Amino acid sequence: MSREMYDNRTAFADELIALAETDDRIVAVCNDSVGSSNLTGFRDRFPDRLINVGIAEQNMVGVGAGLADRGLIPFVCAAGPFLTGRSLEQIKADVAYSGHNVILCGMSPGMAYGELGPTHHSVEDLSWLRALPDIDIVVPADREQTRRAVRDAVDHPRPTYIRVGRHKVPDVTTESTPWERGKMQMLRDGGDVTLIGTGTLVSRALEAAERLGDEGVHARVLNASWIAPFDEDAVVRAACETRGVVVAEEANVAGGLGAAVASVIAQLPRNRVPVRILGLREFAPTGSTDFLLEHFGLTGEGYANAAREVLADA
Amino acid sequence: MIETDALQVDRWRELRERIDAAPAADRVELLTERANWTRRSVVRMIDAARAGHIGGDFSVTDILTVLFNSVLRIDPSRPEWQDRDRFILSKGHCAAALYSTLAWSGYFSPDALSTFMAPMSELNGHPNRRKVPGVETNTGPLGHGLPVGVGAALAARLAGGPERVYVVLGDGEMQEGSNWEALMSAAHYELDNLFITIDRNRLQQGARTEDTNGLDPLPERLAAFGWEVREIDGHDYLALIEAYRPSESGRPVAVVANTIKGKGVSFIEDRVEWHHKVPTEEQVELALKELA
Repeated sequence: MSREMYDNRTAFADELIALAETDDRIVAVCNDSVGSSNLTGFRDRFPDRLINVGIAEQNMVGVGAGLADRGLIPFVCAAGPFLTGRSLEQIKADVAYSGHNVILCGMSPGMAYGELGPTHHSVEDLSWLRALPDIDIVVPADREQTRRAVRDAVDHPRPTYIRVGRHKVPDVTTESTPWERGKMQMLRDGGDVTLIGTGTLVSRALEAAERLGDEGVHARVLNASWIAPFDEDAVVRAACETRGVVVAEEANVAGGLGAAVASVIAQLPRNRVPVRILGLREFAPTGSTDFLLEHFGLTGEGYANAAREVLADA
Repeated sequence: MIETDALQVDRWRELRERIDAAPAADRVELLTERANWTRRSVVRMIDAARAGHIGGDFSVTDILTVLFNSVLRIDPSRPEWQDRDRFILSKGHCAAALYSTLAWSGYFSPDALSTFMAPMSELNGHPNRRKVPGVETNTGPLGHGLPVGVGAALAARLAGGPERVYVVLGDGEMQEGSNWEALMSAAHYELDNLFITIDRNRLQQGARTEDTNGLDPLPERLAAFGWEVREIDGHDYLALIEAYRPSESGRPVAVVANTIKGKGVSFIEDRVEWHHKVPTEEQVELALKELA
């Protein structure tokens, strides 16, 4: 598969600027991350609507809540680990519990910061935020989904966390791919095994499905664009209609997407199927993003191996 | 969400007009009456709930009374009015004083005060904007109100709105780093529409602030962070009203209100154990008598 690869931050910034041209409720807030959040264009076009609070993430999220209180739509942008880790209590109290419509944009999530190491990896965000009610968690898989996530946030503002990927990925959806809040999209149907992915992992799940297809195994591929609200129905269907489920995420397995899937399947009265969860179980060693994804088996081959295992267990 | 009490709003409006029109001495009398009314409500609420934060409720009551009855541009019959002044009680544990103030202003019926902290009540131990009109943001964990206030003040400026933003903080709460992030930010943006009031009662949950993590010299520290500082007696109504005059420097305004924790009831005043102690039946009677 030789395809063009893209940094989703570009699509994010382009869409945000395009919408802000006609909607002056849109403001951006960041923590000295104008460049890394790809907000240079936004700042140049709307200097007054870019609020850079400096290196102060707790204040940044609170400021977002205050802006939302007047009906503005703040896109609060910061590297994922600092946005979610440093200001988790602000996300809980000021955004989710208060019901302030702040759009939290976790830039460069997962292991996008590769060699900078675990302090800069955002692999806990899905688990931390899944523990909170009343906040959407959106993980766009490509440029199109990134644009849609931004548009959605403006059309229906609600407390939301969006993972905005930096590690380059190919396009896996088109304008005609369904996009509905809280729904996974079936990118490929199959009756033998289900591969569930999110963000970076979606193209890798599709790659695995190709490989398995060559072996005569029909894999279904589900893109979990929403971690919350969570599409339990899609998981139930996968458990009933296929013989095993593999979930992979660029995140810690404790409490993330895999845990959400396993929790649904474990509570089924029947039709239980074997489940494999691929992700992180330790702090990452030193290495580039590609190296680390490979290291943790977060690859097409990793998916395919796990699929063969669950089918052997089934 | 509990609903506005139209009749109570009318009473509040009438009182507010009387306060505005009154000569200084009468103004003080009217505000004293209203503040004691609030304190008596707080005693009854805490007595019924058998829980609460009476010491901080009483130190902040005069500040709340002045803001809601003489300063804030609000219309309690329209809590969502776009141009309203924003009020945030960052020391959310003093919810009883806030609820009482809101109810007597007509945001909801004073009858609801009897449900304070009861099962399923909208009146949780800490205020919830999704349930209680007049609450702008949910507080309780300390160090949250001021950052939200900075955002609200920035929003007013961006939207060209006329409103001011008032945040009331506890002094112990100034030990939270997030407040100093927000203080820097407000000064940087020269938010002259932002007014904070620090309820400087010098006691925190476990001990005196100065024996815990000292804040002095607080006014000087705030000034060094770029704020216009006004240090006053937080139980002096006229001084409080005066302290909320417009910013004279184009910078945000910090009112350091020196207060007495437990103000108004002799045996509660300035005693660390009354942070969240609940009065006995006999103490309730005594407190109500002193506040009569």
